[in-house]
Order: sequence, then structure tokens, then C-alpha cells
Amino acid sequence: MHPPKFDYYRAHSVSEAISLMQHHGQAKFLAGGHSLIPALNIRLSDPGVLIDIGSIDELKGILVTRDGGCRIGALTTHASIAASGDVPMALSEAAALIGDPQVRNRGTIGGNVAHVDPASDLPTVLTALHATLEVSGPTGNRSISVDECFIDIFTTAIRDSELLESIHIRSPHPGRMFNDAAGSAYAKLPNPASHYAMVGAAAVISVRDGHCDTASVAVGGLTPTARRAHAVEAALVGQMINDANLEQAAGAVQDDLGDEILDDFHASAAYRRAMAPLFVKQALEKAVLRA
Amino acid sequence: MGKYLGESVKRKEDPQMITGEAKYLDDVKLPGMLHAAILRSLYAHAKILSIDTEKAAALPGVVGVFTGKDFEDLPALPCAWQAAAGRIENNVNMPRVLEIDRATFTGAGIAVVVAEDRYIAEDALSLIEVEYEPLPTVVDAEKATQAGAPQLHENAENNIAFDWNIGDQAAVERGLAEADVVVKQRLVNQRLIPTPIDTRGAIAQYTPASEEYTLWLTSQTPHIMRLLITAFVLGIPETKMRVIAPKIGGGFGTKISLYPEYCLMAALAKKVGQPVKWVETRQENYVATSHGRDHVTTFEVGAKHDGSITGLNVKTYANLGGILSTIGPGTPTTLYGRILSGAYKIPNLACQVLGVYTNTGMTDAYRGAGRPEATYLLERAIDLVADAVGMDPAEIRRKNFIQPEDFPYEPANNMLNGLKYDSGNYEIALDRALEMVDYEGFRQQQEKARQEGRYLGLGLSSYVEICGAAPSAWIGLPGEGWGAAMWESANIRVQLTGKATLTVGSQAQGQGHETTMAQIVADVLGIPVDDVNVQQGDTLGTPFGYGTYASRSAAVGGIAAHNSAQQIKEKARKLGAHMLEASETDVVYEDGKVFVKGSPDNAKTFAEIAGAAALAYDLPEGMEPFLDDVSYYDPPECTYPFGTHICLVEIDGDTGHVDVKRYIAVDDIGQVINPMIVDGQLHGGIAQGVAQALWEGAVYSENGQLASGSLMDYSVPRAENLPNFEMDRTVTLSPTNPLGVKGVGEAGTIASTAAAANAVMDALAPLGIKHLDMPLTAQKIWQAIQEANGGGD
Repeated sequence: MHPPKFDYYRAHSVSEAISLMQHHGQAKFLAGGHSLIPALNIRLSDPGVLIDIGSIDELKGILVTRDGGCRIGALTTHASIAASGDVPMALSEAAALIGDPQVRNRGTIGGNVAHVDPASDLPTVLTALHATLEVSGPTGNRSISVDECFIDIFTTAIRDSELLESIHIRSPHPGRMFNDAAGSAYAKLPNPASHYAMVGAAAVISVRDGHCDTASVAVGGLTPTARRAHAVEAALVGQMINDANLEQAAGAVQDDLGDEILDDFHASAAYRRAMAPLFVKQALEKAVLRA
Repeated sequence: MGKYLGESVKRKEDPQMITGEAKYLDDVKLPGMLHAAILRSLYAHAKILSIDTEKAAALPGVVGVFTGKDFEDLPALPCAWQAAAGRIENNVNMPRVLEIDRATFTGAGIAVVVAEDRYIAEDALSLIEVEYEPLPTVVDAEKATQAGAPQLHENAENNIAFDWNIGDQAAVERGLAEADVVVKQRLVNQRLIPTPIDTRGAIAQYTPASEEYTLWLTSQTPHIMRLLITAFVLGIPETKMRVIAPKIGGGFGTKISLYPEYCLMAALAKKVGQPVKWVETRQENYVATSHGRDHVTTFEVGAKHDGSITGLNVKTYANLGGILSTIGPGTPTTLYGRILSGAYKIPNLACQVLGVYTNTGMTDAYRGAGRPEATYLLERAIDLVADAVGMDPAEIRRKNFIQPEDFPYEPANNMLNGLKYDSGNYEIALDRALEMVDYEGFRQQQEKARQEGRYLGLGLSSYVEICGAAPSAWIGLPGEGWGAAMWESANIRVQLTGKATLTVGSQAQGQGHETTMAQIVADVLGIPVDDVNVQQGDTLGTPFGYGTYASRSAAVGGIAAHNSAQQIKEKARKLGAHMLEASETDVVYEDGKVFVKGSPDNAKTFAEIAGAAALAYDLPEGMEPFLDDVSYYDPPECTYPFGTHICLVEIDGDTGHVDVKRYIAVDDIGQVINPMIVDGQLHGGIAQGVAQALWEGAVYSENGQLASGSLMDYSVPRAENLPNFEMDRTVTLSPTNPLGVKGVGEAGTIASTAAAANAVMDALAPLGIKHLDMPLTAQKIWQAIQEANGGGD
């Protein structure tokens, strides 16, 4: 459990980090280190150069944006997000379920998203939140929508030369704080060993006159990447909020899952498939209560 | 009762642990120390055709690369518990320091790199080129005995290492014939990975001038390690080796055994002429350190309509792994089969255990070591019988309990090979537990819940364990035991100032002996507990001892300390009489002082007497200086703690998730030395036992790869999984030792697995589900519910 040899650089600004990356080519950015260091220690990864971005203060913290949404610095820890009232409740709820206090105090949202473990919680939530990832690279800045970002297991649309700077979440109703504009929630069936999600479900719902006005739902943990549950959303929008309608909408997730369901000795594909509607429903119920 | 016995004295060892000052093996750093990393077989069963170390050896910083051929002169390790005499040979099918031409499991070491640092050593591992010839594998013990299974060893036809039989087969068949109902059940007691926080490690230093070795080991048994390594592997006198066990962060039985790496480090230190350190990674810990349990059992139990049990017949396939661990054969035989009568008067008993080789890691003692397996089987059997005869699970236990007047109790058919249960009052522990849980109230609540479609369950486990191992004449019998004694030792030396040092041959790994052993001595001598300093874990300066495991240190080592303190007290009384110019017969020793009966104001304190004994210019005729003593205590009988645990669960019918709602434990461990430490022992043990029932389980693929090879896939319990434990105790002293202690290190693990499993089965009873094998994961229960409801896949 000792990593292979690597050179270590500490970047003090985003531009320095990007130019170090340009210079070294095969390097990896080191943030909280909770995915990268274990990968090095079990020698799954051997990048040769680590660029530590941990002391770039401009990447830390949560900023409420003028529209009522938020911009979360990539180096913001899970613990900070879990404790924040300025982020959507689904996100703080999911962050609070990650690992243990030590992990939450070190692990960062940027590292988590860039690593994109299929069983990770945050990509599922960010998918439901329609988040945008702000990245910087040698040719400047660009925005990537989450729908385009999570390509496959451990694969994102962020280029190796690019650094994830922040995650931007817009308020569903510009001018109103996110948590006032919509109810959001996350529910998961944790792996009994790792506590990663075997099924994760995130929901963002707004309610008008007892009916579902808007719905955004995503699932993760049981598919190679987090994905939107369009069938659930379609079944819910316009419907009266009651238990039967929530249950029916949650059941529609079967149409969203696709054919590639993850399968291991902890949870078979059949079990995950059967659990998906239950956890979607839990997320819907909690989101509705908060809407 | 004295001043300290039964008091929750704060643990003396805690301040250094809490502040991070405690020195564990990895904290030991020696000048010029090199670092070793071990290459382990990629295949669970393969011939090793060649190993090319050239590239690895050429890496800058590498001092040497060695393979099994470099240590051909060393024998395979000894087997210290050759159960079923004649079937197991010493140094055969045992680990070699590095395997030479064949590996039988993926944890087998086949090459070692010694380098200037651990990073380089691990870099070099990937440069070693091994040519393997993979061989067919078998991982299941029952399948390994069947025709056509891959054969692992020449001397074990059908992979059977031993066929161990106790009890009376003819009697048990008669007993079952007399029964009104006979329940037959197959059950799997799954393999567990013990997972101490502190993995194993070894550091060896060799001094050529004196030909002496110093070895730091993560060991529960430093004296036995020295004996086995010197006399049975290296072939050198014991006097040429010092073994030091530093602070140990959990052992759970895995650190009893002699492992190949320990001998390897000693041999390497001599070869390279510098100290060499090896610390196990978590991945290595999972494949190379011994595992626990792994039984496949079929049993038949018979009972009359009134619930009285007429016989129990047990056949177990015990998975031993690819090769044998040091006491691997003893764990599923003597420590398992002999306790199968449990808390019950079972008139007819028999047990057969087949010890089987498979392409998996070695199995050996894991907290409870055989007794959790026996208790699980028996407590499941009792519940199945209760169901078959339509009786309440609490009542059927009461019906069959051994009664207080039956002690000392000898289980039927010579199951205990001449030993007898020391004392017990099983019904009061059961009653107290039922009272705490409000048994009648729960059954009403359960009935109501069932009508609402909710799954509530209550599981009972009334256990008896065997502790205080052991009377040497019993455990020393070859075949039965391990051909050696199991007494324990204590040495007390009192300094001039009256401060005492107690050295013991046992070796704590979380049990709190620095506190409890001091309590025993302070209590006898009437001195402050802080005046007693306990030393352990270093063969230099402690008397020989057999180590700490099997819940034996209080009931054996504690009695040695007690007896030693008594000797010192008597010597102090005599010297005190001399100092008071009084007759020995007129003085008494009370509260750390000696005085003439009736005149406590004119007393000599223990410190004054200790000073006089140390200065020693005015001693009674014939008395030697110092208040010192060495005692060896060999127990006349084992001790038999008991109790009843109750687990309450609710199962989510949609997901299969088991929520542990309440956990009640009423234990009787005889005299309690330190209630806080006892509670801590039980808490940890209950967590581990419940974890076996609900979450933990090692998973091997068919080709012998450990699928549950890290903490990402192996489910250890977490605090959030468990409720607050509700604890109480009854006290039935052991009549076999002067303190009346029985032992508590494993009681929690022994009792709790069955309680949790029975609770789940009770919850699922309305669905007609009689038995599911552990771990009772959400997925497994969901599947069973689907099938019971006519669905599933």
C-alpha cells in the first residue's frame, strides 16, 4: 500500500495549475486525495507527477449567485456542503451520507465529480440539479452541462489538460433561493461494506396548487453513470401530489434504467432493479415535503 | 470483597493510546533498518515453474530478492495442534517461509524483496517475473471431498486432513429413534475475515557477534513464538532469541499463530546483515492472515412432544484452507464439537468433523474459535425444534436447561472428554433477559405488527462457553489438545519503595490487562492500584506464558497473579511481625498494613515492610531479601460462562433490510474484576457476532480469488448499525479458582450471532421461512420474501 514514485508540485493558482499540467502532460491533479491516493497505493494509477491544487483558495467555498442558485468551488469539502444551507437540500443530504467524518472533511466535490465512480452519490444529485461544470484549460474557460459530462464509468468530458473550477447550480425560479423555489432530496441504498450507493435517487420538485409543477429526477449507483429519469418526470408533472401518483411515477423508473444494470455479490441486477422504484419514491416523498 | 475487585478502575493503558503515544509495531524504527515486501501467488492453485528476480534485484535501492529456494534448508512451520492424532503430521502441509514449487492459495508468499525503503520494495515486486502453471481449484469444503475434486495434498485423500469423531453414534441414533419429531437441517457458518485495525508485522535484528536475534512481532503469544521459531524452524536455542510484542491494535485470534513472515524476517536479518521490517498491508491481511469459521454442517435433532430433546447428531465439513495454520485443526474440533451440549441436558450426542483442504486462505481461531459455531448451530436447532413441536422458544430452553443442582455437569457420551461444567444457573439469566425485553409485551406487539404486515422478530440465544483453557493434563493430550500445557505465569517484584511490578506471560491486545491484573494484585496487597505496574509482551523479563486468547487470561493468568500476591502478602506479614517484634501468629495483614490483632494504630505499612525487605539488613532468620514471587497456575477445570442474549429486529419487507431495534445481554461470567472493561468486551463481541449474522462474509470466486478482498467489499459492523446495548449480569462464581472468575473475552461473539439470526427467522416465520444461511443481507432476505410470496427469479 505504498504509491509508485511521483514528482509533487503545489500550484498556488488555477493558471499555475494549468501550466504545470501543460508542462508535465501525464500528471494528475490532487485535491482531497480520497480517490487518487488509494488508486496510487494499490498501484492502479501511476501518473508520475501530482499537481496539488489543495491550497488554491479561490477554488474553495460556496457562493450564492444572484439568481438564487449557487456556485460551489471544486475544492469545497463534503463536510462544508453537508453543513451548508445555501446549496440544494438534495446535495447537502447526499454529501452528509458520504463515507465518515474524516472522509467528508478531506474529500471534495470537485474530486468526486471528476473521478465519477458509478456508485458515487454526488453525480446523481448534480444530474437532477442540471448543474453546470465550469472548467479551465490552456485555451480558456468553458462550461459543460452534467448531461454531457458523465460519459461512462470513471470517464467524464473534462479533458486531461483541464481543471474543474466550480459547479454552478441555477435556481429553478430565478430570483428565489433554490430551496425556496423547489424541494429536493436524495435517497440511497448503500453498499453494506463501502456505503457507496447501490441505488441512488435524487429528485427536485416544485409544486403548485397541490400538483407537481416541475420535476427533475436522476438515478445512479445501479447504472454505469448517473442518468436522468425522464419517464418518472413525465409521469409526475401535472399530477396531483398523492401517494398513489408518487408510487406510480417512481415505478416508471424501470423505463429509465436501460439494459446495463450493475451486478455484484452485494446486489444482483435484479435486486437493484427491484429497489430502484422504492428509493425513487423515497426521494420524491422527501422532495415533495420540502417543496 | 476487596477494594478494587469489581470496580470500574479507569484503564491505565488509555492515556497513551488516546494521545497517540502508544508504540505499535509500525512505530518501531531501528538504525539501518531495511524494508521487505512479499510477492504472493497470483493463482489459488498453481505450480511455480520459475521465478526470475534479475530485473527486480537490479532496481536501485534493492538490497536483495529471495525466493523459496533460498530458504530450502528451513522446514515448513510446525503444526501445534495436531487434532485427531496420526492424521496430521508436523511440518507437512504447513506454510514454508516462502513456498518453493507450488501455491495452494492466493495469500501464499513466493518471493521477497528487501530494499532501502518500502516504496522501492513494492516497486521491485512488479519487476519479478513468475512463470506459473495454473492447476484446478476448489474452494468449498464439502465439494472438495467429492469424487473428481482437485487434490491439494498427497497425504490427504479427497482433501480430508482429518476425520474427527466424538460422542456416541449408536446412542444418538437410539435417541433420534425415540423422538416424536426429528428436525434435519443443513447450515453454513460462513467464512469471516477478522480485520483487526492493526495488521500483522515483524521486525528482525541479528547480532552476529552473539548470534542473537531480536524479533518484534504483532503477537498474542510472544513466548510461544520464540519457542516455535527457534526450536522448530531455525534450529537454534531459545536463549538466542528475544521476542517483543509491542502494543497490539486487535488480534481476535489471528495473532496467536506462527506465520511464515515472522521466520522469514529473522532469516533475512541474518542474510542481509541489517534489521528488516515487514508490515502487512490491508490487502495482504485479507489474503494471508488466518480467517475464521467456514463450516458446512448438517445436523439432526430429535425431541419429544413436550420439547425435551432426545439427541443431537452433527456432521461438519470444516474448511482449513490450502495449508494448515498453527492451531487450525484444533479450532473446528476440540474447541467446537466438545461444547455442543451447550446449556442443555442432551442425553445423546455425536459429532463428526471432517477437516478439509481447499484453495482458500488458512482458517484458525477467530474470537470464540469454535464456540460461536457450536452455539449458532445449537441455538438454531433449539428454535427449529420449538417450531416443530409448537413450543415457545423461551420455554423449550427452560425445559432442557441443565439445572443448578446438576453441577458439576458432565455432558453425555463423554463429549467433554472428562471435563465438567463448573457452575451455572441458566434460568435466572434467561428470566432476567425476558424481563428486560418484556417478553409477553413484545409477543403482543409482534402479533399486532404481523397483522399490519410488518415483520418484527425476537431471537434468543442461551449460551454456555468454555473458557479458562486449560487443565494441562487435558489440553496436553496429543490429538485432543496440542501436546503442551496451558498454565499461566506471574512474577511480582516489589521495589524498595513498595511499588510492585507484575510481569505476566499473557499478552493483551485490547483486553486491558495492565489495569485488571493490577487490580487483582492491589486488591490482595491492599495497596493503590497505581502502585502496581504490569509488564507483558517481552520474553526478556517476563516468565514463560502461553499467551492471551480463548478468554483465559483472567481465569488462568489472573489466578497466577492472585496466588503470587498471596505469597507476597504472607511474606510481608511475617516480616511485619519481625519489625513489630511480635509473634507471627499474633499479627494480621489488613488494608496494606501489618499490626498486632486489635492494635491497628501501631502498624507497619506495606511500603515500610518492602523497604525493610529490600535493604535486608534485619530479616528474620532464613528469610531472603525482597518481596518477590513467581507463580504458575494450572487450572483444575475450565470455566463455563453463560447467559442469555436477546435481539429484536424489524425487517423492511420491501427491501429486506434488517434493523436491529434492541439488544439485551445478560451474562454470567463469575466474579467481575472491572465492570467497565467487561462491558467493553461484550460490546465489541456483540458487534462482531451480530455482524456475522447480518453483514460479514468472505466471498471466494470459483477460481480461488478473494472477491471480498478489501474493506470496500467486506462489511465490518459500524456503530450506526447497532442500537445501544442493554446489559445486565448475574453472578455465579466459578468454584474452581480462588477469585471465582470465568472469563469474558469472547462471550459477546459466542452469544450474539445466534440471537440475531434467530430474530430474523422469527420475523420471517409468518412467511413459512424456516432457515436462511448467514449473512442475512437485505438482498438475501428480499429474495426469500419474493420466493415465499410466489415471486422471485
